[in-house]
Parts: sequence; C-alpha cells; structure tokens
Amino acid sequence: MSPKLAAAFALLPEYLGWHVLLSFAALVLGVAISLPLAVAASRSPRLRWPVLAGASLIQTIPSLALLALFYPLLLALSTLAKATLGHGFSALGFLPSLLALTLYSMLPILRNGAAGIIGVDAAIKEAADGVGMTSRQRLFQVELPLATPVIMAGVRTAAVWTIGAATLSTPVGQTSLGNYIFAGLQTENWVFVLFGCAASAVLALAADQLLGLIEVGTRKRNARLVAIGAAGLLIGVATAVAPLAGLGKTGSYVVGAKNFSEQYILAELMAGRLEKAGAQVSRKEDLGSAVAYRALAAGELDVYVDYSGTLWTNVLNRKDNPGRAEVMKQLTAELKRRDGVQVLGSLGFENAYALTMRPDRAKALGVASIADLARDAPRLTLGSDLEFLSRPEWKAVEGAYGLSFKAKHAYQPTFMYRALMGGEADVISAFSSDGRIAADRLVILSDPKSAIPPYDAVVLISPRRASDQRLLQALQPLVGKISVAAMQAANLSVDRDQQKASPAEAARALERQILPSP
Amino acid sequence: MAGPAIELLGVEKRYGGLAALAGVSLSLAPGEFTALVGGSGSGKTTLLKTINRLVTPDAGSVRVFGEDIATALPAVLRRKIGYVFQEVGLFPHLTVAENIAITPKLLGWDKKRIEARVANLLGLVDLPLEIAVRPPVALSGGQRQRIGVARALAAEPRLMLMDEPFGALDPLTRDALGIDYRSLHDRLGLTTVMVTHDMAEAVVLADRIIVLRNGRIVADGAPAELLAKTQDEGVRALLEAPKRQAERLAAKLEGTQ
Repeated sequence: MSPKLAAAFALLPEYLGWHVLLSFAALVLGVAISLPLAVAASRSPRLRWPVLAGASLIQTIPSLALLALFYPLLLALSTLAKATLGHGFSALGFLPSLLALTLYSMLPILRNGAAGIIGVDAAIKEAADGVGMTSRQRLFQVELPLATPVIMAGVRTAAVWTIGAATLSTPVGQTSLGNYIFAGLQTENWVFVLFGCAASAVLALAADQLLGLIEVGTRKRNARLVAIGAAGLLIGVATAVAPLAGLGKTGSYVVGAKNFSEQYILAELMAGRLEKAGAQVSRKEDLGSAVAYRALAAGELDVYVDYSGTLWTNVLNRKDNPGRAEVMKQLTAELKRRDGVQVLGSLGFENAYALTMRPDRAKALGVASIADLARDAPRLTLGSDLEFLSRPEWKAVEGAYGLSFKAKHAYQPTFMYRALMGGEADVISAFSSDGRIAADRLVILSDPKSAIPPYDAVVLISPRRASDQRLLQALQPLVGKISVAAMQAANLSVDRDQQKASPAEAARALERQILPSP
Repeated sequence: MAGPAIELLGVEKRYGGLAALAGVSLSLAPGEFTALVGGSGSGKTTLLKTINRLVTPDAGSVRVFGEDIATALPAVLRRKIGYVFQEVGLFPHLTVAENIAITPKLLGWDKKRIEARVANLLGLVDLPLEIAVRPPVALSGGQRQRIGVARALAAEPRLMLMDEPFGALDPLTRDALGIDYRSLHDRLGLTTVMVTHDMAEAVVLADRIIVLRNGRIVADGAPAELLAKTQDEGVRALLEAPKRQAERLAAKLEGTQ
C-alpha cells in the first residue's frame, strides 16, 4: 500500500467515527423534530404551507453557510449562558454541526411525513372514525403505520443528504470525513481527497441500503426485513463510533490550525512536542481566521499560530502601522488585557501578505512596487485567497495606492498560485513564507507606503493554559527559532508536486533542523 | 320497549350555501329496519351520519336511546353504534381477525373474550374460521363486506348504521348479503338504518321506508302503505320502479319462451 493510502487508513477510525456519530445524531434529532411537525402539518392545512416552505428555505441555504452561521449564534448563546447560568458551552465543533445538519435533514422527512399521512385512503380514515377511534388512536393505530413506508423513504433521502453534508463540518472544527477532503485540497494530496469522497460515498450507500431494507420491510409488512435493517444500522453505528471511546479526552490539549499548509505543519510541530512531553493532543484543523481566534479566547483551543498583522487589523481593528516591534509589543499587552490570551512569542519569521507577480510579467510591465502597479492595475487581474479581499489589509492597500483592478478572483491558496502561473491572474496576494515564491522565482512587489502591517508568526495560548508549565516548556524552545527560509522549505516540501511530504513529516524535518537533538 | 331508538328533532345541516338537511324530524322504534332512500344530493347520507356524529348538525337535536348525543364524546358514542359503508375501509395493515377485534379492543375487552367473539362473528357472517389470519387484500369484495359487517357488530351494538353497504357488489352477492343481513337483524334484535339508492333492496329488506328530497322527508311509511297513500308523483314513481321493472322482465321472459 502506498504511504499516503496507509496514512489515510490510519486516520479512518477517528474520522469515520465522528462522521457516523454526527450524522446519526443529526438524523435521529431530525426525525424527532420533523415527525411531530409533519403530523401537525397533515392535520392543519394552514400550518402546512409555512412549515414546508420554512424547511424548503433552509434547504436553499448552502450547507457550508448554514454550518458557519451556527458558530456565532452558539457563541452568543454560550456567552449569555455564562452570564446567566454561570457556565457556557462549546460553540465550536460538534454542536453547531449537529444543529445545522439536523435542520438540513428535516425537509425530506417533513415532506414525506405530511404527504404520507394525508395520502392515507379516505375510506380507511372514515372507518377509523366509524369504529370509535379518537383522533390520537387513529393517528397511532392507522395513519402512522400506513404512512411508514413513505416516511422511511424520506428518512432515507435525509440520511444520504446528511452524510454528504457532514463532510462540511470540518471548517467549524468538527472532525469528520471532510478532514480528508479539506486537508487534501490544501496540500494537493489527491489521494486524501479521493479517499474522503469514497469513504463518505460508501457510508451514504450503506446507510441508504440498510434504511432501504427497513422501508421495503414496512411496505411489505415484513417484520424480519425491518429487524435485519435496524440491527444492521445499529451494529454499524456502534462499530464505527466505538473507536472514539478510546480517544483521550480529559486533560488533553487541543491544537488548532487554519486552512493552509504552514498552519498544518506548525500545528503538527507543536502537537509533536506536546506528545513527546507525554500529553494527549487532539487537533482541530481547517478553521477560519476569525473562528480560530475566538475559539482560543473561549478556551475551545489551547494553542495555535496566528500572525501579528492579522490580529492587529482584524481583532484589534487597528489601521495604523507603527512598525514590527511596536505591533508585537502592543499586541501582547492588548490581547492579554482584552481576552486573557497569552502571546508566547514570535517564531522568528513573517508570513506577510505580499502582492506578487511572475518575473516575466513584472519585467515586461516594469513593475517593482505596489506604487508602480497602481498605474497598470486597470488592465490587470488580481487573484487572492478566499478571505483577503474582505480583510482590512486589502482596504488599506487599495486606499493607500489607489488600486483599481480590471477583475478580482478569489481562490483556494493552492489554486491561486496555479492561476498566477497559468496567466489567469497577473498579480496575487501571496504569503511571504510560502515556498512557492522562491521555487517559482516570483517577484514580491515592495510596499513603500507600509500599507501592509508586519505579520510575525506568533504562538497564542488560551487563557486557561496561560500558566500550564508542560505546555509552556514544550513550546518555549520554538520561539525565535524558525527562519523564513526554513519555513519556506518546509512549506514547499508539502506543496510541491513531486516527492510531497505530509505536514507531519515536514514538521519532523523542521524540528530536526531548528532543534538538533542534544 | 320504552321510548324510541332514534329521535331527530329539527335537524339542519348546510354545506356552504347549500342545505343538505333542511329541518328533519323523525323517530325510529327499537327493532325497526329503516331504509333511507332518495336521489343523490337528497341528504340521506348526511342524515345517517348525524346519528353517529360523523356529521355534526348546525341546528336541532339527535337522541340515541334517549341520550342527546351532542353531549357525548364522539369516539365513545361510535363504539356503541355499528357503522358499515360502501368502501368498507378495512385496515390493510391488520389481519381479518384484528380488523374485527378493533372496537372490542378499544373498549378494553380481555383477550379471551375478543377471540371468542371473533370466531362467533365469522360464523354469523358465514365465513370460514381460517380466513381470520389473512390480510384483507386476499379477500373478494363480498367477503370484505361480510368482514365489514362483522367488524361493525363486534362490540354488540344495538344500533347499526349502513351507508349503501352492498352498492359495490355484483347482483348475486348483493342479494345474498342483503338477505343474510336482514336475518341477522331479526336474530340479534338490532335497530338498523340503511341508506340505499336501490328501491328494490329497500322494499325487500326494510320495514319502513323514508324518502328524502332536497334535505326534507317527502314520504315515510311501510312499503305497501306508502305506495297506497302517497300523493307525491315523484315518490310514487320511485316506489313503483321496481314493480314496473319486474313486470317488464317477466313480459320479456314470457315473450321469448
């Protein structure tokens, strides 16, 4: 077996376990909410329209957005709970994913449930009334049993949707089969992407077949088929979820990472050092920038690496640029004061937003600085990562130099570099520590007006771990040790097309280089 | 016996602007077999359903064995009244025995008593015992309606309401079922109200025929008496129809001999 495939299989018990647990819980909750609503909708035509329209509306929200929306909502609720009840709850990971997927699963169950109950033969309903059943007896003894095959068909559809959409819970911090897909897309590990797709497809198919068995069983009134389907389902869920019980929970450290290679490598580097110190570590990867910081401040992450300029502009909402050292100093003091977040220190390199061009293109246009770029911008296309254009840094650069591009396209970072090399973009918002800048001899445009703040990579520690000696001792040696050249080399080893390393391998190589064993 | 089995007083029912029942009053004696006849839209089915509250009147009162049914719980009332209708409405997810047992079960009879009752009823409606475990789909139309009758009789009601019960059956089955039911009515001492559009059936089975038109009673009496005294042309035509049909039939058969 290829090493990539072996690595994928090694992660399967954890990813699959969470994926199954999440989908199953969402489906059970979805049925529990949708069935009573379906009954109510079948009884009252006035209720039917708003209920079904509401469920259809939820369905039109892109599932990723639905998942993303639950995070701030739960965060607000958690803050409220903390204020009123004394303790909050985790707004990241399982809960937002569960709620979003539950909502997502409701439409087919609701629609089939209402249709199934309404569709029961009028003569049978008249007979039920005629023999002296109450409305409730009619529902439970006649209408629901007769509507069960139709309802089961709805549950089947909901199960397939839920299992598919559950892959999208990775960016809100819930481990799922989506981890293969998101990480694979970032590091161009197509084996991972395909493995994640195949695993979720196989899971959906298996659930569909087992629920199908129950559906056919109810239709044919064959109790044995129903029992086989239900038993298969329960055994499957139990088997998939069992490995999760073995994962250490109490006292374990949560290391976070945003959604690009450097973050994966640094997270692995920190996790590796913690594990070497005998700690249990779990990882939450592919987090959005704002989600990561708030999660850390709320204590849902213990440690992750962020960049001074990002925190300066996005968290502290500062627009000035007092210089690299001053930014670090004020940031350290402000984050501690505001959120109790501790800045352990800078790792030693910067990963700045850098407007970057292909050398031949820069030479032909005679562009060396962003000021030069302003002249030609109306004829050029800007490629950016997914968040750059909505960040204050871009507003600052745009305003300082009066940039106005012909077109602007946002890409996953990997595809942003591809777009630059392929000519779809003339300028990109690259990252200065990215290995591809050196490898492709890209030209970084200078920033004479200092519109872009400094971006020192800093280790952030959550308030509850601020005086955790094991954590501090494990990570302190990394401070100031990573040069931009070392980080670029590590990033390239993960991002390049040939002889790709996994983030964990790159992290081990980086550690050997910066901290030679005594 | 003391008092009427059923007593309607000024019963009215409107659907939208249309009056289905425009003030109907009548009184039926215990043990009586009454046929409600009339054209479609005459209000005969609506009238029948006011007796077990499948239809609630807009005005007027309905008494069953002396009790004003407006104050009774509909479900509790219906368990005491047998109800048979053309589509039968057997529960497809239950066996024949479970279908018959439904009302006794709702009344909380014990298992032994229900079992004995089901066996007894299958005999009454002339069906073999082994049919009990089958699902209703496996039955013929005539068998299904016999089960429908058995289900209605299961909780030993004194009153049976039947809405065109044999209307969907072929003539032979219909004839046999009608005669079988009439003998059950006599043996069990039932009070029966049967809606039918078949005048011959009404004349053959019923002790009393009530003719409705536009939600009003236009004729009421024993078949022979009705024919003798009615002034209404429409009612006379209706009542004479089976007789004329029989005469034409006889003439035709004689002519071909």
